[in-house]
Amino acid sequence: MKKFKKITERVVESIFTISGSLTSIAILLIVVFLFKEGVGLFNSPSVEKGYVLCVNSENSIDKLSVIQIKEIFDSEVVDWKDVGGKEGEITIFRFDEIFNIYSEEDLGEDYGLLSAKLGEVITSNLNIIAYLPQEYAPVGIESVKLLPTESIGVADFLGGKEWMPTATPTPLFGVLPLILGTLLVSFFAILFALPLGLGVAIYLSELASKRTRKLMKPTIELLAGIPSVVYGFFGLVVLVPLVQKVFHLPVGETALAGSVILAIMALPTIITIAEDAIGNVPLSMREASVALGASHWQTIYKVILPYSRSGITAAAVLGIGRAIGETMAVLMVTGNAATMPHSLFQSVRTIPATIAAELGESPAGGAHYQALFLLGSILFIITMVISITAEVISKRQPNKGI
Amino acid sequence: MIETKNIDFYYGGFHALKNISMHIESNSVTAFIGPSGCGKSTFLRLFNRMNDMIDHTRMSGTCLINGENIYDKAYNIEDLRRKVGMVFQKPNPFPKSIFENVAYGLRVNDMGDKSFISERVEQSLISAALWDEVKDKLKKSAFELSGGQQQRLCIARALAVSPSIIMMDEPASALDPISTSKIEELIHTLKKEYTIVIVTHNMQQAARISDKTGFFMLGELVEFSDTKKMFLNPENKQTQNYITGRFG
Amino acid sequence: MNKKMSQRAAFILFRMLGILVVGILFWILGFIVYNGMSVISWEFLSTSPTEGMTAGGIFPAIVGTLYLVLGSIVFAFPLGIMTAIYTNEYAGNGWIVRFIRVMTNNLASIPSIVFGLFGMALFVNTLGFGDSILAGSLTLGLLVLPLVIRTTEEALKSVPLSYRIGSLALGASKLETIRRVVLPMAFPNIITGLILSIGRVSGETAPILFTVAAYFLPKLPNSVFDQVMVLPYHLYVVATSGTDIETSRPIAYGTALVLIAIVLIMNLLATLLRAYFSKKVKMN
Repeated sequence: MKKFKKITERVVESIFTISGSLTSIAILLIVVFLFKEGVGLFNSPSVEKGYVLCVNSENSIDKLSVIQIKEIFDSEVVDWKDVGGKEGEITIFRFDEIFNIYSEEDLGEDYGLLSAKLGEVITSNLNIIAYLPQEYAPVGIESVKLLPTESIGVADFLGGKEWMPTATPTPLFGVLPLILGTLLVSFFAILFALPLGLGVAIYLSELASKRTRKLMKPTIELLAGIPSVVYGFFGLVVLVPLVQKVFHLPVGETALAGSVILAIMALPTIITIAEDAIGNVPLSMREASVALGASHWQTIYKVILPYSRSGITAAAVLGIGRAIGETMAVLMVTGNAATMPHSLFQSVRTIPATIAAELGESPAGGAHYQALFLLGSILFIITMVISITAEVISKRQPNKGI
Repeated sequence: MIETKNIDFYYGGFHALKNISMHIESNSVTAFIGPSGCGKSTFLRLFNRMNDMIDHTRMSGTCLINGENIYDKAYNIEDLRRKVGMVFQKPNPFPKSIFENVAYGLRVNDMGDKSFISERVEQSLISAALWDEVKDKLKKSAFELSGGQQQRLCIARALAVSPSIIMMDEPASALDPISTSKIEELIHTLKKEYTIVIVTHNMQQAARISDKTGFFMLGELVEFSDTKKMFLNPENKQTQNYITGRFG
Repeated sequence: MNKKMSQRAAFILFRMLGILVVGILFWILGFIVYNGMSVISWEFLSTSPTEGMTAGGIFPAIVGTLYLVLGSIVFAFPLGIMTAIYTNEYAGNGWIVRFIRVMTNNLASIPSIVFGLFGMALFVNTLGFGDSILAGSLTLGLLVLPLVIRTTEEALKSVPLSYRIGSLALGASKLETIRRVVLPMAFPNIITGLILSIGRVSGETAPILFTVAAYFLPKLPNSVFDQVMVLPYHLYVVATSGTDIETSRPIAYGTALVLIAIVLIMNLLATLLRAYFSKKVKMN
């Protein structure tokens, strides 16, 4: 009987040991899956899957960049010479148009003659550029040239200034506007939250009476517990109209509204950690200061705050992390414009909001899907870096001279 | 000089000091001895009102410094603390440079301009017998100094604001013998300009450096007399027992 | 005196900041309570939405939230407690424990949307569970795991070493000590962690967007492989899309109020429990 007990104990204890690695495995899995689903983006063709671009063989152009294709199909560029070719007005031909030119009969049974007819159209127009499904593309015809489709490049992704994942023929996956939007909103959120949070932390640990502290601590915990979507709702219904009115804007959905809501959401984190840091200043420091004739306030800003510098910095860093990762509140309040942000008073999109808004509509495995997973990977890396930075900072001892 | 009459002090319900009356002359070194928890540190902290920092304390009796009642409502506490300097048991320099540590009191009390502060820092460090060791590294962090040096730094810091009384709460108990003797020498020199009150649990130290000694036990001042007399021929039996090591 | 004046000014400023923060909370709470109160009724809580979300109640969403809370607790709690037991009772103090703690902290700081992505990739797609209660519970369970680990660790830490030593000295094995002495003593604080986790899970939206949430389901779920309506997602959709935003507004307020009520009650419960049990310990 005793042996049986011992065996069960061994088993249970090894289960415990294995569960110790749970969180590490979880992080590993997250990394693997995020990157696995995302990295395929750089092998994806830049033209929408299953489609090709054809031009007349006489066209001097051999290839076009993603931006150029977009500009052509948006009619921003109208002449071949603007993309390095011979002068001639670009004629855009989309696949559907073939049905306007030829009747069902002409195209043959099961559309057997469709390919040939497309070939005829292209051959007859020197300045044409045709956007066709791969299966009907007129390959092998001398007068038709297929433009090579490059795969999406890392530089286009990381440095591209336009995020238009549903554009045809070439969706654009430039994440710069999203990264900048995220940074803009988070930066100002911390700008608002840090002084406020630090002030409240000082109030709580140095000035408030025991009773006040007992009342305020649950208040702050409560603020921390309100769900993101409720903050978003409040922001949508109260803050956004307020911003619109006060600043005379056409719409209130702005980066400013996002920053304010994020600031409120980051406050509890900053307050709690900063208060902890301030409370850890040893009594001997305070006594030394007071014994020399310093007032309470002088002691606070000359000794206590410098001493708790690293804790306060950790609080700020963690607050930033919180702000950057917020999804729902920002989504509901900053509007829908995934464009390069120029000011606080315009609509922006952050990385988390983009993922939340677009993932549902992107076909699984497609380029858009992969791009969103890559965005998720970037977000993951940013928050990891922030988390580790905060850990390192808070371990630092205050023994540098000031 | 310091004069106390019938001081009673309470921490909440605990009667920490019982009816203490004593007179301390200027420019002397007075030592307080006695077993742990007997109230000597509490009594010391009355003179710069450090006990005010603690909640639920009560005091009765008078405490006069140079004839002024320091517990009078109108008396400026911060001014008092400048005039009555304190050195603590464990050295507690600020996380600042050596220079800034000594200058702290001057800055906080708005005493003088840049050149005055520079001068005072130098003078204080000289008085604390630390100048030669740090004059080339004033900008370095105070934490880089050894324990004994840090304590002398704290003494310099207290001296910088030109106090008239210096109180030391077991200043050498956390230090090695060599640093201890350096500090004892320092006390001997300082007494020419300052009134020094020192709490110590080291009786030999008290015997070495003080002019007068007060023996505390359980909150009472059992005996207060010239040091030589106290150690060679104490009046009180309890004093005798303590000094000869029968307890404590 | 300049010193005294600047101190007074500074302290007044800080007090105002304190009042400001409290004020913000009450503004938010008050706003939602004020606008949502009139919507809350037994009908609201127990009937399904009708007329394209402009009328009716939120019962399915409440049920869905309940299922997800249960599901995530089922996953996170046993695993979290086991992990905490390992790090606190078995692992020494070397680099392994420190590494695990760092990893747990990192997991805690991952944004909720990343959990949503991961949940979708692993549970919905790769493992083929599809949008389901199962996928949602697993995702939420992972999200709340660090919270469970942290609170359980603190609960275990608060049990004095002397109890463990006493038990071992009587001949009990380590495991028996944990089972009979440490866990029962730490139990109240572990329950507190459970309550906090419930509050957390009820309000999370991002992780369930792509793993389980549905906007309108006329029937309640039958199995763990079904989709489900959830309170936070319901609030999001009713407030921002849906067929008629203005008319649905009251429903949004009501949903928000229910959500806040859940968080409030959970927080209150946790605080009360903590106070009650720490008093009990003090009396012992």
